[in-house]
Amino acid sequence: MDEINNLMQGFSVAMTLPNLVYMLVGITLGILIGVLPGLGGANGIAILLPLTFSMNPTSAIIMLSCIYWGALFGGAITSILFNIPGEPWSVATTFDGYPMAQQGRAAQALTAAFTSSFVGALIAVALITFLAPLLAKFALRFGPAEYFAVQLLTFCSFVGMSKEPPAKVTASMMLGFALAAVGMDSVTGQLRMTFGFPQLLKGFDFLIAVIGLFGIGEILLTMEEGLAFKGKSAKLNLRVVLQTWKQLPQYWMTFLRSTAVGCWMGITPGGATPASFMSYGIARRMSKDPESFGKGQIEGVLAPETAAHAAGTSALLPMLTLGIPGSPTAAVLLGGLMIWGLQPGPMLFLEHKDFVWGLIASMYLGNVVGLLVVLTTVPFWAAFLRIPFSVIAPVIVVICAIGAYTVHNAMFDVITMLVFGVVGYLFKKLKYPMAPLVLALVLGDMAEASFRQSMLLSQGSLAIFWSNPLVGSIAGLAIVMLVWPVLSSLKISSPKLKAG
Amino acid sequence: MSNQPNHQVGSEKPPVKERGPELVVAALLMVVAGLVINDSLRVGIGWADDGPRSGYFPFFIGLLLLASSGTVFLSTLLNWRAKSAIFAEREQLAPVFAMLVPMTVYVLSMVWLGIYLPSALLIGYFMRRHGKFGWLPTTSVSVAVPFAFFVVFERWFLVPLPKGPIETWLGF
Repeated sequence: MDEINNLMQGFSVAMTLPNLVYMLVGITLGILIGVLPGLGGANGIAILLPLTFSMNPTSAIIMLSCIYWGALFGGAITSILFNIPGEPWSVATTFDGYPMAQQGRAAQALTAAFTSSFVGALIAVALITFLAPLLAKFALRFGPAEYFAVQLLTFCSFVGMSKEPPAKVTASMMLGFALAAVGMDSVTGQLRMTFGFPQLLKGFDFLIAVIGLFGIGEILLTMEEGLAFKGKSAKLNLRVVLQTWKQLPQYWMTFLRSTAVGCWMGITPGGATPASFMSYGIARRMSKDPESFGKGQIEGVLAPETAAHAAGTSALLPMLTLGIPGSPTAAVLLGGLMIWGLQPGPMLFLEHKDFVWGLIASMYLGNVVGLLVVLTTVPFWAAFLRIPFSVIAPVIVVICAIGAYTVHNAMFDVITMLVFGVVGYLFKKLKYPMAPLVLALVLGDMAEASFRQSMLLSQGSLAIFWSNPLVGSIAGLAIVMLVWPVLSSLKISSPKLKAG
Repeated sequence: MSNQPNHQVGSEKPPVKERGPELVVAALLMVVAGLVINDSLRVGIGWADDGPRSGYFPFFIGLLLLASSGTVFLSTLLNWRAKSAIFAEREQLAPVFAMLVPMTVYVLSMVWLGIYLPSALLIGYFMRRHGKFGWLPTTSVSVAVPFAFFVVFERWFLVPLPKGPIETWLGF
């Protein structure tokens, strides 16, 4: 029951007035980011990161993670009311959410979406509470070979689990690794791939890549779709909320299934987007009435929202315990931790107990606060979307430019951001996944260091990755994940619409 | 999802097919792979006295990048005729460039002019050109937004943003 004690202590850290205020600010900013096209969890946090440099790390990470919860909630608003997914993981929510809104059941759909997000996140946080300390303790035994094996597992499961063609997943990932290698080699001090440009000495910062790929890229995509916001209006009142809540317990099986899918996809780096699609597919397949899906079936809202939130939350588990993020947003949070001098990994649980448990406690609180905030402020956010895109688009470009500049106070970064934006647009159009690129860019140095250390230990023999049962089973699992599509002939049928 | 473009009967130009950009992107990735491999060979991919050299790890990355992008490149070429998926309609690409070109000008002008003036111009240009707003709302929004950023970033959070000759002239 150590965890309970620690958690209580965490609550006392998180429940201070300034932290609660940061929570509220974070949630509000997060919903704003989730609602606006072009700004999402990952690049939104990347842009706001420099603002928190002067705060203490606990408050900063509480605010940043609350931005993330807010973005997860916010994505549902635009999907249901406007049929425009504010975030990739809410694409599946549009399938049944928008039809519900068209039938005048927008309030019900929104309540269902918010509540299921809340449930998914809460179960995932509970999982983190009890699993994280165990995993951290376990990871203390890890040497470089084990670390590399875990990273291999992360990247192999990307290739195996993605819906995109394996060659494109690999290409995107390798581009990330290549970009991560640019600059000074941390071991030998030699310059790599700088080609004489002094700006490249520091290498590419993944925050810039995230802002460009997801922010600018998204704006270009939105331009192409020629956005005309024609939304349904929604008024949420207590009566509808309570009525919907009364209905929800009968869907407990959907909740459980979707949470399980979400947690699994979050811990292995599938991420929230595939989790939401998968969960929608499973819910439809398991339903007694699969025909009603796509026509305003409430389960079609519950399933993807629960899974997306569960995945988004559980992605923080490997980030905190192993230092390996499960999603681009978790990667940005990881980058934030490192900026404050906190090295995520098993030692974090020993050396910065206050911080870790404060963060975990804030996940519980943040989701409660988030649920209350979204339920009460929906009309306000919907009004935001009625601002013409010709105003929103340049403002978001300005925000992205500011975000890119403030990371290192360098103009070069703003230009790099623009290039990444074009790459993001092309990658999205040609179905190259972007998450592997970002994660490889973040983990590149770490993966290289652990690989080289392993090779040093073994004098260059790859056999070190099978030298003991622990590393052997992780490496073995990695191979299984890599060839997973071949192994599983049983494929879950997903809706014809593709993400993006 | 709902606003899929409908094929307009009698539109003058055929849509851009996916295979062209697909080939170009794969080729560019192959060039990057070539650069990575070449530079790894330069710094050494073997072992030194103290362990693997700097090019040891990136070399394999480069090889994998070459293999994966090469696969995309070849399969696009081999299935050239069968590949008829559409990248975008011509009418869709126009607004993309309508965004990309001013954005590029904006970023480049930031190098000399700082962030505030170009931001105001970008917002103003968009509101006039695409939003068809009158001068009054255009001017007020395009002045108010950069000013708000100035207050939030430089005053509240003490984060300096790039400034140009005009800000210097105003004494910042």
